[in-house]
Amino acid sequence: MPSYVDENTRVIVQGITGHQGSFHTIQMLKFGTKVVAGVTPGKKGSKFEGIPIVNSVKEAMEYEPNATMIAVPAPFVKDAAYEAIDAGIKLIYILTEKVPFHDTLDIYHQARVRGITLIGPNGPGITRPGYTKIGIMPNQIFRKGSVAVASRSGTLTYEIVDAITRNGFGESTVIGLGGDPVVGLTFVEVLKVFEEDPDTEQIVLVGEIGGSNEERAAEYIKKHVNKKVVAYIAGRSAPPGKRMGHAGAIIEKGVGTAESKIKAFNDAGVKVAEYPDDIPKLLRE
Amino acid sequence: MGKELFREYGVPTPNGYVVESQSDLKPVTHPVVVKSQILLGGRGKSGGIKFANNDEELKNYTQQLLGSQVRGYTVTKLLIEDKIEIEKEIYVSIALNRAERKPIIIASRNGGVEIESVPENKIIKVLIDPLLGYSPFIGRQITEFLELDKEKSRQFMKIVESLYRLFKVEDCELVEINPLVITKDGKIIAADSKVIINNDALYRHREINVTDPEKTPLEIEAQEKGYAFVELQGDIGVIANGAGLTMATLDALTLHRGRPRNFLDLGGTDSVDIVVNAFDLVLKAKPVAILVNIFGGVTKCDTVANGIVEAKKRFNIKQPIVVRLSGVNEEEGRGILKENGIDAFSQMMPAIEAVVKKVGEN
Repeated sequence: MPSYVDENTRVIVQGITGHQGSFHTIQMLKFGTKVVAGVTPGKKGSKFEGIPIVNSVKEAMEYEPNATMIAVPAPFVKDAAYEAIDAGIKLIYILTEKVPFHDTLDIYHQARVRGITLIGPNGPGITRPGYTKIGIMPNQIFRKGSVAVASRSGTLTYEIVDAITRNGFGESTVIGLGGDPVVGLTFVEVLKVFEEDPDTEQIVLVGEIGGSNEERAAEYIKKHVNKKVVAYIAGRSAPPGKRMGHAGAIIEKGVGTAESKIKAFNDAGVKVAEYPDDIPKLLRE
Repeated sequence: MGKELFREYGVPTPNGYVVESQSDLKPVTHPVVVKSQILLGGRGKSGGIKFANNDEELKNYTQQLLGSQVRGYTVTKLLIEDKIEIEKEIYVSIALNRAERKPIIIASRNGGVEIESVPENKIIKVLIDPLLGYSPFIGRQITEFLELDKEKSRQFMKIVESLYRLFKVEDCELVEINPLVITKDGKIIAADSKVIINNDALYRHREINVTDPEKTPLEIEAQEKGYAFVELQGDIGVIANGAGLTMATLDALTLHRGRPRNFLDLGGTDSVDIVVNAFDLVLKAKPVAILVNIFGGVTKCDTVANGIVEAKKRFNIKQPIVVRLSGVNEEEGRGILKENGIDAFSQMMPAIEAVVKKVGEN
């Protein structure tokens, strides 16, 4: 499947009756997402917005899902993800923030060896205008188009997508990798998919301080990406050693500075916008 | 705390005990080391470690160090430890390698100095697949590189195995032994310990009570109230939503020669109180102006607007407040602000320019 999801994506929501799960299920339905079942242990037999609720992912398999959104509190995320892996769900998106990274390591590697895609934790999910949305991105900012966006942030992604849409462009796929030190997808993995995706003509990467995800992406772009890539990096004014909101947004022992990322992108021919609003200008050039 | 965990997991440490006053001192076999217990490294260089050769010296050093200031922290506890006869100092640590999404063991023949200062060819790095965990083949790669003899290899591998178990079970970001000492009688002992527990996992390690020593009092208060908050050196208070957008806001201010006073992320909630309490925190940092930058989604613009109006009233805010509201319910939000005499921008850059200008006027 190009770009991870399409009109045949059938989603279950683990934690559908929770505060986050219920609100975003309604928003996904409005966007046109096929939400086929909800999982909340002990609530089997009830319905939410007409969607059947079952006690386990195994029971939910009757509705033939191929993706799940996990919106349960952090202490229960590993169990929920393992349940989805065990049931054979092929795409797992974790909305929850503050998941211990040792749990994410286990989830990621168990998913990896089974060929399962993990998106998140602590990210806004994935949206393909005209096809489907899994996650929490606001519906009204999108227009179907040919710009693919991958980001380590949530709200900043909306800001940039909104600017792209306001300036007459549209989006093919928007994917939030998540703000944690360990997440399911890297920029490199997403670039591979975007490069092959026939709906995508231009690519926007929204990075931030911490780690070396952007530097690796720059190396990959040099060798393997022919489509135009532009970028924005958050945190150029961030002091070292401080966690800037996201668990992963920290300059540690000189690693993960904005300067290093901007330089790596520039060396790879990727223009980096000074302000989020400048992204459309770079796309137009 | 690190050494207690080491003992629990079977990593050998020097014999020792902790004292909080002179009366806690017990008979010891000299010589001993007296170490100030602080949460920062570099205490040796700062005079926080002393060597005592007899009871008299031990008493004097205890008196001298308890209550003293080491790197800005008051010493309330001392560790009294057997002095070990050092043959050689080596290094070992386990941390997270973010890019590979795996734990990584780092070891070196050069211990007792910061690992960053050791040349790469003196360091071995081995990734661990979390599904496989630690297995002796990993230890063998390291002991071969370190050129340890058979008996020392056996001890070293046991230490690394214990260390990995500690790293995993206690949800560590970092476990580090620097130096790991090879004694003159051929024992390997952890002379120092550093253990950092992952913040997000503290809920399942309730016995551990950690306050980040690098945090300011206001940052600690913010953390207790559930805000992602960082104090900075400038004069413009900042309230925004989302870590990325908040960082982008600080960056844009800085590029416009504005000086942000703080990072504050409202997070993905929709509550007037959260906005009001955010103002309470930012005001404690005494900014000369406040910038609110919201892209509404789950956090709705009218909720934020109501929070701003309430905060202005409740705290009698005199400083200029510049607001940008965009996204869900932006019209309603800007309407509420206008009724209360506050203008709001719909885009980010004009708001940045406006707040920098206001600060220039003051």
